[in-house]
Parts: sequence; C-alpha cells; structure tokens
Amino acid sequence: MIGTVAAVVRRDLLLAFRQRADVANTLLFFVVVVTMVPLGVGAEPNLLRAIAPGVVWVAALLAAILSLNRLFAADFADGTLEQMLISAEPLPLIVLGKTAAHWLVTGLPVTAMSVVLGVMFDLGAEATATLAAALALGTPVLSLVGAVGAALTLGLRGGGVLVSLLVLPLYVPVLILGAGSVEAVAAGLGAAPYLLLLGALALFALVLTPWAVSAALRISVE
Amino acid sequence: MLEARDLECTRGERVLFSALALRVEPGTLLRVAGPNGTGKTSLLRMLCGLLQPTQGEVRWREKPIRLLKEEYWAALAYVGHLNGVKDDLTAAENLRASAGIAGLDADEGTVRGALDAVGLAGFEDSLARFLSQGQKRRIALARLHLSGAVPLWILDEPFTALDARGVAELSALVARQLAGGGIVVLTTHQEVPVAAVRAATVELGREREPRS
Repeated sequence: MIGTVAAVVRRDLLLAFRQRADVANTLLFFVVVVTMVPLGVGAEPNLLRAIAPGVVWVAALLAAILSLNRLFAADFADGTLEQMLISAEPLPLIVLGKTAAHWLVTGLPVTAMSVVLGVMFDLGAEATATLAAALALGTPVLSLVGAVGAALTLGLRGGGVLVSLLVLPLYVPVLILGAGSVEAVAAGLGAAPYLLLLGALALFALVLTPWAVSAALRISVE
Repeated sequence: MLEARDLECTRGERVLFSALALRVEPGTLLRVAGPNGTGKTSLLRMLCGLLQPTQGEVRWREKPIRLLKEEYWAALAYVGHLNGVKDDLTAAENLRASAGIAGLDADEGTVRGALDAVGLAGFEDSLARFLSQGQKRRIALARLHLSGAVPLWILDEPFTALDARGVAELSALVARQLAGGGIVVLTTHQEVPVAAVRAATVELGREREPRS
C-alpha cells in the first residue's frame, strides 16, 4: 500500500523534473505577483508590512489554481488514468500519491519562497516564521481541495474557469486563517489558534478528499 | 469465468447495443467484432468496469464486478486504445511506473525482461518521445508480460501500429495465455492471427448472441 503511494509520488516527481519549465512557471508566477504589489501601491514600509500576509496568501491561492489543471489532465489524455482506475490498489491511495507529489512541486516551493518574501516586506523574524508555518499547513489543503475541483472538471471544455469558480470559495477559510495568523502576531497576539485550525483543516482534507477525488474521477472518465 | 447479462450501452441519445449477453469460459478467446461506432470500445470498457452499463451487469466468477472492485481488477490486465505511455519517461521508467500503479511487483530484471520480450531491447533508456508509434504500443503491451499470472486480458485493438513480427509475437503471447487457462477479450479489424482452441465472436451492430 505504501509502495503504491511511493511509486506514484516517484513517477510524478520524475515527470515534474523532466518538465521543469512547467513547474517553475507556478513558482515564478507566485513571486512575480507578490513583487509587483509594492510597485503598484508604493513603497511605504508600514503599509507594505500590513498588507504582506494577505498579498502572499492571495498569490499562493492563485498559483495553486494555476497548477491544478496539470494534476490529472495529462494522465487523462494519455490513458494512464484509466490504468489507475482499474488498479488492484485502492484508488484513494493513488490519488493521495498524486496530490502529495503536486504539493511537493507547488506548495513546498511556495512555502520556502515565503521566507524570502517575508524579508522583502520587512515582516520581522516572528511574523515571517508564522507566515511560513501557516503556508506549510495551508498549502496541503489547497492541493487536496483543488484535486476535487480538478477531478470534477476533468475533460470538460472550459474546465479551467469552472475549477476556479468551484475551488476558490472553498479556499476562503484557509485564506482567512492563514493571513489572520500573521496579523495576530503583528498585533502581539499568539498565532497558535490560527495554526491549530489550519492544521485541523489539513487533517480533515487529508482524510476526506482522496475519496471525493476518486469518486469524481470515476464519473469523469466514463 | 466472465459473464455479461442483458448489457445495454447508450452514448448520448443513441443506444449502441442492448440485451447483450455473453459467457466466456477459461481458455477462451473472445473477439469483439463490428463496424466503427458500434460500441466495441464501450463494451470493453464496460467489461473492465470503467463504464457503467445503463442496464445489466458484468459478472466475474459469479459475482458482479460492481461489488468486487479491486478484487476483480487484480485479475484484469487492460490495454486500451490509449497507450498510457508518458513521453517524458524512458521505456523502462514507463513500464516500472505502470507496474507501480497496477500494484504489481516489478524489479529491474523483470522490467528489462518484459521490454526485451516485446523487442525493445536496447531502447530501455530512450525517452518515449523519441520512439515510434509502434514502439510505444510495444511498451503498453510489455505490461502483459508483467501480468503473466493475471487470468483476464482485455485488449482494445492490440495489433494496431505493430509490424508483422510484432503481430506474430503478440499472437504467440495471447496463445500462451489461452493455453494457460486465461481469458482474452480483444477487438480487431483484421482476422485474429491466433491459433485458439476455443474461440468465440461477438458481432456488434448485427446479431447479439455470441457464436462459436
């Protein structure tokens, strides 16, 4: 069972490595969006410090949405997805492997990059660490919940637009908690409640979404 | 034993076939024939459990596959008309990934052996994007060499894009599977070049009953 998840993760990471440009695209988009904001709103340090958490989180959300269509579309087009659906191993495990690989090539680099962006916005050590911790807990939710949207819209024309409409409302709690945690630190309150709630969301998504994705894939592939 | 009862398939508004019944005993080759657009691929996908019939059911060893799920899929190898081959992986990586997805154990030696058996020796480490259509088909068919112990093979147009030698090799492989008591269901537009002791044909778009 663990072998199946590992095999799928290994395959998807190898594919991501061979298609480096596509993967870099997501991270580049994230960094570019965040760095454009100071150019637009002006270089007032207090203002930038105040809006930084929100800006970073919104950019992370958009970067996640941008990368979702890569999750199942290629496997659907070349027939690999059919093989996954008739595997002797449980489909939710394969889905978990694919989602984990997706997080490793999108959520993890975004989390790592947030440390640099925290310094850029002069957030201070504690707020930057909180931002990174919140992203580390929140980005898995973006991948897991996004996978449901990607599976539901698989093979539809205009699926890209639909997936944004489906998934963005579900991202709202993550956005509020994630950006709120950094603002709480800035206000001198603890970030713990926010991070605990984000962690709870991540566990909830981890347990439930693989089953939802599996059911959606079976319908989409018919 | 594979059995289908009262199968009906509708695509969009059109009924492709209905009241289709078949029964395939171990060691039998079932050929699904019929003109384009009569539902051959749909029938195979139904037999795989990828497509839910609008009516009727498919049964494997007296149990509906709808309930067996993974237990049935462990007994099934399917090569669809899409190869399931990634352009950005080498032939060996493709086969190893397929084995991992299917839940089969495949060490390096087995993978090389399977590629060797489909005539891809020397191409193991070539990216699939640099291989021809026929060679990609062979990567997909190499999965069957890993599924030797799997009793049911469902093959959708397995002979397309293969050269004469590839057709002969695949025929020998299918014959071996049949001799070992396996079931092979396939579609093809050419005469099946397989010497099968027990063979049956389902004609879609005409009569419904399989005839031997």
